[in-house]
Amino acid sequence: MGTPSSLPVAAATAAPTRDRAGGAGWRHVAAAVGAFVLLTGLGAVAPKWLTFLMTMAAGNGLVSLGIVCLMRGGVVPFGQGMVFAIGGYAAALFYNRLGFTDAIGLALAGGVAAVLIAAPFAPLLSRYRGIFFAMLTLALSMVTYGLLMKLDTFGGSDGFNLGRPTLLGMKLPDDKVGFILFLVTAGFAVVMAALARIYFDSTRGLVTLAARENELRVEYLGGSVRQAMAINFVLAAFCGGLGGALVVMALGHIEPNFSFWTTSGEFVFVAILAGWHSVVAVFVASTVLEVVRSFSSSYFPNTWQLALGIFLLLVIRFLPKGIGSLWHRERK
Amino acid sequence: MQTAVTILIDGLTYASWLFIVALGLTLVFGVLKILNIAHGSFYALGAYAAASFVSWAAALKWAPAFSIVAMMLAALAVAVVVAPLTERALLRFFYGRDEVLLVLVTYALFLIMEDLFKLVWGTNPYYVSEPYALFGNVSFGRQTWVGYDFALVALAVVVGLAVWWVLNRTKAGKVTLAVIHSAEVASSMGVDVSRVYIAAFSVGIFLAALGGAFTAPMISVQPGVSVGVIIVSFAVVIIGGLGSIQGAAVGALIVGLARSFAVHVAPVAELFSIYVVMAVVLMFRPEGLFQRTQARRI
Repeated sequence: MGTPSSLPVAAATAAPTRDRAGGAGWRHVAAAVGAFVLLTGLGAVAPKWLTFLMTMAAGNGLVSLGIVCLMRGGVVPFGQGMVFAIGGYAAALFYNRLGFTDAIGLALAGGVAAVLIAAPFAPLLSRYRGIFFAMLTLALSMVTYGLLMKLDTFGGSDGFNLGRPTLLGMKLPDDKVGFILFLVTAGFAVVMAALARIYFDSTRGLVTLAARENELRVEYLGGSVRQAMAINFVLAAFCGGLGGALVVMALGHIEPNFSFWTTSGEFVFVAILAGWHSVVAVFVASTVLEVVRSFSSSYFPNTWQLALGIFLLLVIRFLPKGIGSLWHRERK
Repeated sequence: MQTAVTILIDGLTYASWLFIVALGLTLVFGVLKILNIAHGSFYALGAYAAASFVSWAAALKWAPAFSIVAMMLAALAVAVVVAPLTERALLRFFYGRDEVLLVLVTYALFLIMEDLFKLVWGTNPYYVSEPYALFGNVSFGRQTWVGYDFALVALAVVVGLAVWWVLNRTKAGKVTLAVIHSAEVASSMGVDVSRVYIAAFSVGIFLAALGGAFTAPMISVQPGVSVGVIIVSFAVVIIGGLGSIQGAAVGALIVGLARSFAVHVAPVAELFSIYVVMAVVLMFRPEGLFQRTQARRI
């Protein structure tokens, strides 16, 4: 059973925890800055296809980061394609209908739109666990899919295109557009990863972890499991919407399939592969998926899902805590 | 009036194959506690196997009426060969793990099977048209329906009654119910639980494959068949209550009629009417419409 130490650390000794979290917080900021510098260097020398692949990995990884946020509380959403699609459509609509083209603004608009639409469901979903949570999120994403398919305002089943965004008032030159969008996406990814780590280690983040072990105990100690779950759901929606907007800007196109259940399945795949211990692992896992996807779909178009399936089974069987558990240990 | 009859009959035929498939899903969940995403893949496998079996039957110069037998044999072959293999070689290693993790195991299986179909049957569509004409046409008033659709309704009724009868009126069924109630206690009473698991999983898969085999004449069998089926059958079992036969029947009727109503009256709502019903049921009665409410165990 669970470690009894996890909650008292959070509740009874809040002050020293805050000090430690403060110190650790700066370390996380430093790590994020370091990671961003490293990625910038990598993006500057990488060929175009690799930059694009890393952009997709970072954008999709953000959605899976949201799933990990929920997984820490013991629930797995099977409909995260919903917020991914909402973020993407919001960015595309802002661009096409309102003429708002700033990449950073569009990304934030995607995240905020996803939060606005998902938040009303948060109090409801916070009551659900296990398979029912998975199924209700799945149902909501499929309702979104059905709506997007049929509404002409959103381009129906074809979706629509989105032109080249600008950045802080500047037009992006032809030869640099991929690299700059990569920088924006990677920037959001490292910021969100660092914030996620700080949140996970905070008192509220630890309450989530304690709820995973034993909900009743958390309630008796004065924590609110439902509040923690609802907040996690909203945070996950923001990550998902942000990821959706960034991916759509890189792709230049959006369609209802963003909200289809197989898309959601891929995000869960990455989250399971990563495990809930490490935020870095989420982006490593997302990159693994993108690499496998792009190589196999060009060389083995009919067997890449087969490879993914076997890989997933092996991870669940032999590395149940994900690849993150290889290098990260939760602090007791 | 004419529209009402059309909605009713279309809804009923849609509900029939959906019931056959969802019954398998709910049975597997009831006994093995696995919500099987790959159930849609077994449905597709049934359809592919039926396509192959029916064409072999034609090559062997069987009379057209025997194409129905060929379809039955196809479903049976899937249940006898593939189902026990899947259970023994894969699922048994994951029993007792978290329900959501088991969903992911079957998601992996779904991914694997999608590609295996492409490797074995290629990506071109298959057509199994012979059985569709076997039952002639039936006329009601000014409209005509294909007799095959009604044969499907009859098949669904027979299958539903058979499963109910086996579970409630035979020893094997009582043993299965005991395992559903508590595998541990059943095991201590001398029940070979793993045999019950294999049998229940095989029957569940047989129903998926049977649904697939008998749908094959109405569709083109090609990659992507499994993707559409699985979420609709999830909707059915969630609406009726996971693990309940009566629930699957009512759920299939609700989904079938809702879809048929949407198709004829408000085509815009066709796709998501089913999912809206599913979401609403989950919101207000997450245990399904026909299950008794249970206190949540923490």
